[in-house]
Amino acid sequence: MSERPMTLWQAGDVGQLIGGAAVLLAAAWLDLRLAAVLVVWLAAWAANVGLTRFAGRWARYLVPTIFGLTILVLWQMTVRLYAVPGIILPPPTAIAQTFAANLPTLWQDFAQTFLKGALGGYAIGCSTAVATAVLIDRSDFLQRGLLPVGNFVAALPIVGMAPIMVMWFGFDWQSKAAVVVVMVYFPVLVNTLEGLRAADPMQRDLMATWGACYGQSLRKLRLPAAMPFIFNGLKIATTLALIGAIVAEFFGSPIMGMGFRISTEVGKLNLNMVWAEITVAALAGSAFYGLVAVAEKAVTFWHPSQRG
Amino acid sequence: MRSVWPVTAVLLVILALWYAGSIWLNAQWVYDQAARANTTVTLADLIPQTMNQTRPVLPAPHQVAAELWKTVVMTAPTSKRSLIYHGWVTLSATLLGFAIGTAAGVLLAVGIVHNRAMDMSVMPWAIASQTIPILAIAPMIIVVMNSVGITGLVPKAIISAYLSFFPVVVGMVKGLRSPDAMQIDLLRTYGASGAQVLGKLRLPASMPYLFTSLKVGVAAALVGSIVGELPTGAIAGLGARLLSGSYYGQTVQIWSALFAAAALAAVLVGIIGVVQRLTLARMGMDR
Repeated sequence: MSERPMTLWQAGDVGQLIGGAAVLLAAAWLDLRLAAVLVVWLAAWAANVGLTRFAGRWARYLVPTIFGLTILVLWQMTVRLYAVPGIILPPPTAIAQTFAANLPTLWQDFAQTFLKGALGGYAIGCSTAVATAVLIDRSDFLQRGLLPVGNFVAALPIVGMAPIMVMWFGFDWQSKAAVVVVMVYFPVLVNTLEGLRAADPMQRDLMATWGACYGQSLRKLRLPAAMPFIFNGLKIATTLALIGAIVAEFFGSPIMGMGFRISTEVGKLNLNMVWAEITVAALAGSAFYGLVAVAEKAVTFWHPSQRG
Repeated sequence: MRSVWPVTAVLLVILALWYAGSIWLNAQWVYDQAARANTTVTLADLIPQTMNQTRPVLPAPHQVAAELWKTVVMTAPTSKRSLIYHGWVTLSATLLGFAIGTAAGVLLAVGIVHNRAMDMSVMPWAIASQTIPILAIAPMIIVVMNSVGITGLVPKAIISAYLSFFPVVVGMVKGLRSPDAMQIDLLRTYGASGAQVLGKLRLPASMPYLFTSLKVGVAAALVGSIVGELPTGAIAGLGARLLSGSYYGQTVQIWSALFAAAALAAVLVGIIGVVQRLTLARMGMDR
């Protein structure tokens, strides 16, 4: 593991090559299509094995990219070669076509579910949670009471609140935002409370010797020290926000939105559109997480985990 | 034990707020009824009337408790009105999926730790998948498997497995890598094989990480099977109770299903917590 020779292939590979060839021959004897799929898989895997032997920086991005592309190619090949019906698993090219042809609809759904429901609820929920944590931070009694309750609630299936919120706030995005508020509130609260305790007594004493009042000590020492914890909560909340907004639409929504589109198009067995919507959800989810991670990097640049 | 009083106080405040909320939210209905009957209601009349509606906006806590008592204790567990029956439908799918997801996750983590190509190919995708709302594919899995002829437990279990899979992979990779270089070098000087390093050092060292991710995984699995019950049109399970309650405006039923789901989650996480404490104590790893 430690010594890594700079040759692409090693002695042990010959054995693996023979093994691979034997598997291929057996597959070809059974079914030519299976052999074709296996050829692509083994070739891509061999390329990756070769690439990992170079400890280059670019290999770290190239290897997962090759792996992802291989999965897509295999998916396409399998669906086409075995003529899998489109109502069970559509090929990636068909999904891409549907995606490109329905951009206005997809954007409308994205705006309804993500920009209004998820982002609105995320902003309200996270800011209320941080504010609550700062408020109850001065009372040891409240902290000891709320922390176990918050930890408990954070593990519960809160998505189940969705039907109640839809009843209270109507079908439009307000009810989705309400579900998101409830979902993100407790993880952020618990993490912020933990973070506010992160400044160690020595640092607090130093602030006290400088005659800093509560507000100054909070602003200049304890909130900055809490930032890594707060951002941990904020990152967990990004995924929860999107899940909450989508699932809440399964319980009733106006005739747009990602959750609405998924459940109705599934009903029509129009799986191309469902997969296109799932692509949007995946892109939105990772972009949202990425944005929060970038913000974290900018705010907590001093933390050891960011300097590595 | 220091926290008993604060926690009790917080819970009492929540209960009081709940009662206040149910009076406030249900008052409109009472006023409407009174206006229709051309009578006026005093405050003393109002409060009891907000507590005993059949379809309240927010049911009072004792109504939910009564419904839970009726559907859990007073109804036979085989009846379709029993929450035990619906809870078991959800629980069995959750447990099956959780077992599959955990086993697959641990296996993949072992592979990732031992194979560099696997690590570099799969690990970035496993981490990225944590930021994706995987739950969105639940309706598709259910409907597609239904159209192939697979119904009932298995589709829900697949969703649960899928949701609990990724936390376990990420946590176990971290855990299997937690022994430091010194310890691994020591085993190498003993001439230990890869399997021996795995069995005697990596797996034992990963236990705290395993239990932490199991807790996350089982909660995710429960959410997965509840959401998996929505698209089939409310046949059985806690998710079906939520959906039919929301169709027919049966708020008391929704809240009792919600509490049953919460209790189920608490019990599952609690069981893993107990096993964790016992295991780690036996291994001398508890703090």
